[in-house]
Order: sequence, then structure tokens, then C-alpha cells
Amino acid sequence: MSIDFNTPAFEVIRDEKRCIQCKVCVQQCANSVHAYDEEEDIVKADDMKCVNCHRCVLLCPTRALKIKKYSLEFKENANWTSTAINEIYKQAQTGGVLLSSMGNPKPFPIYWDKMLLNASQVTNPSIDPLREPMETKVMLGRKPEKLEFDLNGKLITEIPPQLELNIPIMFSAMSYGSISRNAHESLARAASELGIFYNTGEGGLNRDFYKYGKNTIVQVASGRFGVNKDYLNAGAAIEIKIGQGAKPGIGGHLPGEKVDEDVSATRMIPEGSDAISPAPHHDIYSIEDLRQLIYSLKEVTDYKKPVFVKIAAVHNAAAIASGIARAGADAIVIDGFRGGTGAAPTRVRDNVGIPVELALATIDQRLREEGIRNQVSIIAAGSIRNSADIVKAIALGADAVYIASAAVIALGCHMCHACSTGKCNWGIATQEPELVKRLNPDIMYKRLINLISAWNHEIQEILGGMGINAIDSLRGNRLMLRGIDINDKELEILGIKYAGE
Amino acid sequence: MGQNMKTIDALNMNYRDLNNLISETAEVDKNITLGNVYGQRYIGRGLPKKVKIKIYGTPGNDMAAYMDGAELEIFGNAQDAVGNTMNDGKIIVHGSCGDTAGYSMRGGEIYVEGNVGYRVGIHMKEYREMKPIIVAGGKAGDFLGEYMAGGAIILLGMNLKKDEDLTGRFCGTGMHGGTIYLNGKTEKYKLGKEAVKVKLDETDITFLKKHIDLYSKYFKKDLTALKPELFVKYCAVNKNPYKNMYCRY
Ligand code: SF4
Ligand code: SF4
Repeated sequence: MSIDFNTPAFEVIRDEKRCIQCKVCVQQCANSVHAYDEEEDIVKADDMKCVNCHRCVLLCPTRALKIKKYSLEFKENANWTSTAINEIYKQAQTGGVLLSSMGNPKPFPIYWDKMLLNASQVTNPSIDPLREPMETKVMLGRKPEKLEFDLNGKLITEIPPQLELNIPIMFSAMSYGSISRNAHESLARAASELGIFYNTGEGGLNRDFYKYGKNTIVQVASGRFGVNKDYLNAGAAIEIKIGQGAKPGIGGHLPGEKVDEDVSATRMIPEGSDAISPAPHHDIYSIEDLRQLIYSLKEVTDYKKPVFVKIAAVHNAAAIASGIARAGADAIVIDGFRGGTGAAPTRVRDNVGIPVELALATIDQRLREEGIRNQVSIIAAGSIRNSADIVKAIALGADAVYIASAAVIALGCHMCHACSTGKCNWGIATQEPELVKRLNPDIMYKRLINLISAWNHEIQEILGGMGINAIDSLRGNRLMLRGIDINDKELEILGIKYAGE
Repeated sequence: MGQNMKTIDALNMNYRDLNNLISETAEVDKNITLGNVYGQRYIGRGLPKKVKIKIYGTPGNDMAAYMDGAELEIFGNAQDAVGNTMNDGKIIVHGSCGDTAGYSMRGGEIYVEGNVGYRVGIHMKEYREMKPIIVAGGKAGDFLGEYMAGGAIILLGMNLKKDEDLTGRFCGTGMHGGTIYLNGKTEKYKLGKEAVKVKLDETDITFLKKHIDLYSKYFKKDLTALKPELFVKYCAVNKNPYKNMYCRY
């Protein structure tokens, strides 16, 4: 066998003066980095296995541990970076397709940070949300062309099904299997208490979670795992997953080792069997076929649930979105290329798709031009990091946003990008009972509530500053945005003016 | 027939009205006959056990989608995606079926008198006691049993013309569970690399006998000449076909 050319990515630094050999780190690291050497009575570390998840650092009672970037340098070369070199070593050694987790880490422009918000001064008074009413409720779903009333003033127009969100934020799809039962429970309970929604992902819905159905969006992906009549009727809405921002055009693959008894019962497949989601839905090769699936779902749920269609932000997203609206979807989810994932081929994650900001702006614009914007709601997803991103998304035309990475960070994710190993030390992206136990849903769901409530407050504050008292008045209100440090073409696509204009 | 069989004339009815009427009727009469069916979609969608529907004409796509135990008998051909994501129930087609019949079905049975189209049985699964079965009297198009994860497909390969093949190309490609039984073999080049020929055992022969008998009963055909021992069986090479394809990073 040839020698392994790969060097550690991180270095575990132990302050021997502080270390009391308590072995907490040994027990806590599922990657078996730390080991106690009885003879020498010291704890040693194998840097090679460390993924930099901070678990040991935070749990070390004497703060004896630090993790640093491994400081081995290659000769400086802006083209052949250490990442580029190490990737070749990996592939030359294994012959494998590189697999990564979480979202695109490359330094592409982040347009949220290139847009600035407006506030009122003098002419249009700002509003104080602490003392004046401020509406952040939104209704997702198809809105009728017009409303008709009978002679007694009774509404006779049939209103398509709507989802009522107290706050325009939902938890995006993360399947049971890719994340743990306790993580799911935290999301479900937080969504219920906040009056928002969480999404099952494509892994089916565990029977124990049917009770959160009022706040659940059930997903239907190409593998149709766990999809049956009960499942479709268990949630408040149904989402057809066509694509995902982190891996547009790629199917899903949950390795058999993660399909334990519980996941098998939820997905309704045998234990240990790979759960493969084909890249396309093989009953959808056209917009007409998509319509057929949308309506089969409506038929089996008595037209009572809105049907969302989720696509990855790709080059011609606007035209596709128009087709989706015309196919009868009640909402379009547009997932940008920075969206997270449990596992995606690295090359796809890092190179396919476009930023959600641009896709969102063009979709909203296109649907307006075609006069069909009212027919669908738009949900923006793919790395929404804070409340300002949300305000900007809504001003660009979104009705609501989905968050997933931010939600798991609230649950303790330390963004180590090692989800695909199934050994998440924080009990999130794992099915190992010992690790899952580390995430206590009784505590963690409250952290999600804290996060969303805080963001809601900030949204209200920003709206108030603009002199707006309802989130509905912000939607598509691009006059509230100005660009900074971007070119004319970018301004044109975003449909905004430059700062100072 | 016999007991109070309710008849619905589907002529000029759109699918939403028709399917609603079927559901309402099924609350009272479990036995329903549909006449003049011309392409209405989703017939039988989500219908539960004990409901039995005889369909005259040509039902549209996605017949029996998410079906949950009902029995449909079609006197005519069926179109695409018969039994899409079906959970349980039985479908008997006195004719042929289009593409993607049994897409992702998890339970229940589909018997087709004639041929089936492309991608039939794609991503069929099984779960505990649920084992879906598709039996077709004739041949199948390309990608039979693609991504198959469970259940069984049986092709009886009857009435083939001289130059006609039993299956198309890419049979069992991406297969990671389930079984395909062919009355005759498919050419090696037509087989997906995830599928492999396996020897029949006693259980297979009993299984095949049972379903051949059911086929002859449903379609009133004498199949004594069909020899289950001569069938060829294909299974997945393994249930984790892509295990070594990736390097985590
Ligand atoms: S993988 Fe995590 S727990 Fe293990 S040594 Fe590295 S930082 Fe510590
Ligand atoms: S979910 Fe777990 S494994 Fe994935 S990035 Fe976060 S801490 Fe790491």
C-alpha cells in the first residue's frame, strides 16, 4: 500500500498543565480522536481524525483543549491551494467521488451583504413596534383573481387552501434519517409553539410525530419514502421536492448503515437497505407531468392542502417557476446554491446552481410580468443567516423563508461539515443512540423558539424603521433596497438602485 | 355482480367530479361499475379496502395512485403510472398498461393481461409484510424494475412475435432489492450492472405457481404449458450498491 499523502486538517492542542486526565474528551469524541494512555497517564490525540466540531473543547472541564487549523503549509500558490492538492490526494487514494456536507463554502458573492435597507426620516414617520401594532403574519397559498360576494355580502369565491404563519420563517426540509429523532422533535415542537411549520424532508413521518401535523409540511421526493395516504393527510401542506440548492439535478442517497429500525419504520423500507432517491421523479418529465403529480396529491387530500414545489436555483429558474405556477402549485420554494445538505458530491455542491437572491428577484419579476404572481407564494431558501437576510428576501419578493442551517446551528451544530459520516457529536446528523441522546429536545426546542422570536423582533424593528406596519407591505417593495459594491447588471437583475440613487 | 352494484356513467365527467362521486358512492356501495371512462385520471386514488370497482373504457394516468386496499378491474387498456405509490390493493387490467406502472408501489398487486411499457416497477419497495407484485402476460419496455428496492415482477412473456424480446434494455438497473422473474432470459447486455441472475429455489417455484394460477384465473387462460421451473430469476447484486462510490471529505 502506498503511504497516505493526506495530513490532518486540524490540530488538537492540549494544555498539559490544565489537563486532569478526566477522560471526558475520550468519551465525548465519536471520532475517537482522544485516547488515554495508561502507562504514561496522559491523554493523547490523533489529529488525523479530528473534524473540528468543538465538542471536546466545550465539554473539557478545565478548558485544556484548543483546536487549530493544522499549520502545515504547501509552497504558496494561489492556484494550487492546499484544498486543491489534498482533494487530489484523496481521490487518487480512494477512487471515490468527493462527498461533502453543509452548504457551498466557496467565496462567491453574497448578495444579502450587498444590499442595504432603507429607513424613514422626517416625511414618513417610523413606527415603534414595541408600542404599536406590527403584523408579521403571512398567508401562503394561491390567491384568487377576484373575490365575489352574494347580495347579502357573503363571500362566494372558493378560497384555495392557505397556510397561516405567525412569522414568515419555516424550518426547511431535513429528513428523518439525515438528522436524528431528537432534532426532528425539537423542530416539530418549536414550530407548533411558534405557529409556523417544519418540513419532514423526504424520509417519511414517524408515527410519534403525527401529533404535530398541524405545523408539519410533508415532503414527496422521487424516492417516495414513507409516502402514503395517511402521511399526505397528516400534514398541513405537501411539498414536492424536485431539487435542492446544495445539489441541483442530483438525487439523494441515505446509506444503509443509517437505516436503523426507527428510520426504516418511518421510511417504510427494510432496515439496512440503501434509501436511494433517483435524480428525477420518473413520473415527471414535463410541466404537464408536474401538474399531474400536483393534482394527484390534491385529489388524495381532498384539495384541502396547499402543494408546494421546491426547486434548486438554477440558470433558468424564472421560466421554470412560471411553469410551476401554471402547473397549479400553491407555492414555489426556491433553494439557493448555498443551502445545506447532509451529503452532496463536493463538485456539485460547490459549482452548480446560482445564489438565491438573484433567482428570487428574477422569479418574482417574471411572475409579475406574466400577471400570475398572485397565483403562487414564493418561499426563499438556501442559507438565510439572520433577520436582515429575511427582510431583504421579502423586499425582493419572497412571501416567507425557509431556514435549515441556521436552525441546526441553534440546536448546537458547529458547522464541522462532517454530517455524512453519521457521527455528529452534537446529536444532530446521526442515528447512533448514544449520540442522539446528547440532544435534549426539551431544552433544544426552546433555543429554536428563542432564535425565531428574536428574529421576529428584529424584523419588526426594521419594518418599523421603514415606516411599515405589516410584512405584506414589504413584499416585493424593492424601493426599500439599495445595492452597494455591485455592477449594473447585478442591479438590473436584482431590480434595485445603487446606494445614493 | 349480484349484490347491489352501483353504476356510474363517466361520460363527459371531469376527473375531480368523477373521483368525488366514486368516493361518495363507496361510502354506501362497496361495489361500483364505471362505464364510458375516457381518460379520467386518478381513478381509485387512495381508496381503502373492500371497495371494488369495475372499469369499462380507458382510465387515465395515475390510476390507483396512493391506493390503500381497493380492487380495480379494468376492461380495456390502462395508461401511464398505474398504481403510482400504491400502498395496498389489487388491479386487474384486461389489456395492456403504459409506462411506470407500479412506480414506488409499496404493497398490493397489479395483474396485466398483455404488455407493460417503460420503467415498470421502478423503485418498487417492500416493507415488513407488504410485498408488492406486478404480473404481466406479455413483455416489458426498457428499464424494467429500475431502482427496484423490493417486491416482485413476473413477466410471463406470452404471445411474443418471433423478433420480439421479453424485456427492453437496462433491465434491473440500479436494483437494490426485490426480484424479477422472467419466462425466458434477457440478453446479458440488456441487464443493468446492479442486477444478477440467481438460481430458482423451491420458494420461488411455489411463488411463481401461485401467481401463474391467479393470472389464469383472472384472465381465464389455460397456462398449464407454462413451466415455473424454467423461469429466470434476477436479484440485486447487493442492497448497498453505491457504498464504495464516495470518499467522505
Ligand atoms: S472531532 Fe470534535 S470532539 Fe473529536 S477531537 Fe475534534 S473537536 Fe474534539
Ligand atoms: S450537524 Fe453535526 S456533523 Fe453536521 S456540521 Fe453540524 S455539528 Fe457537524
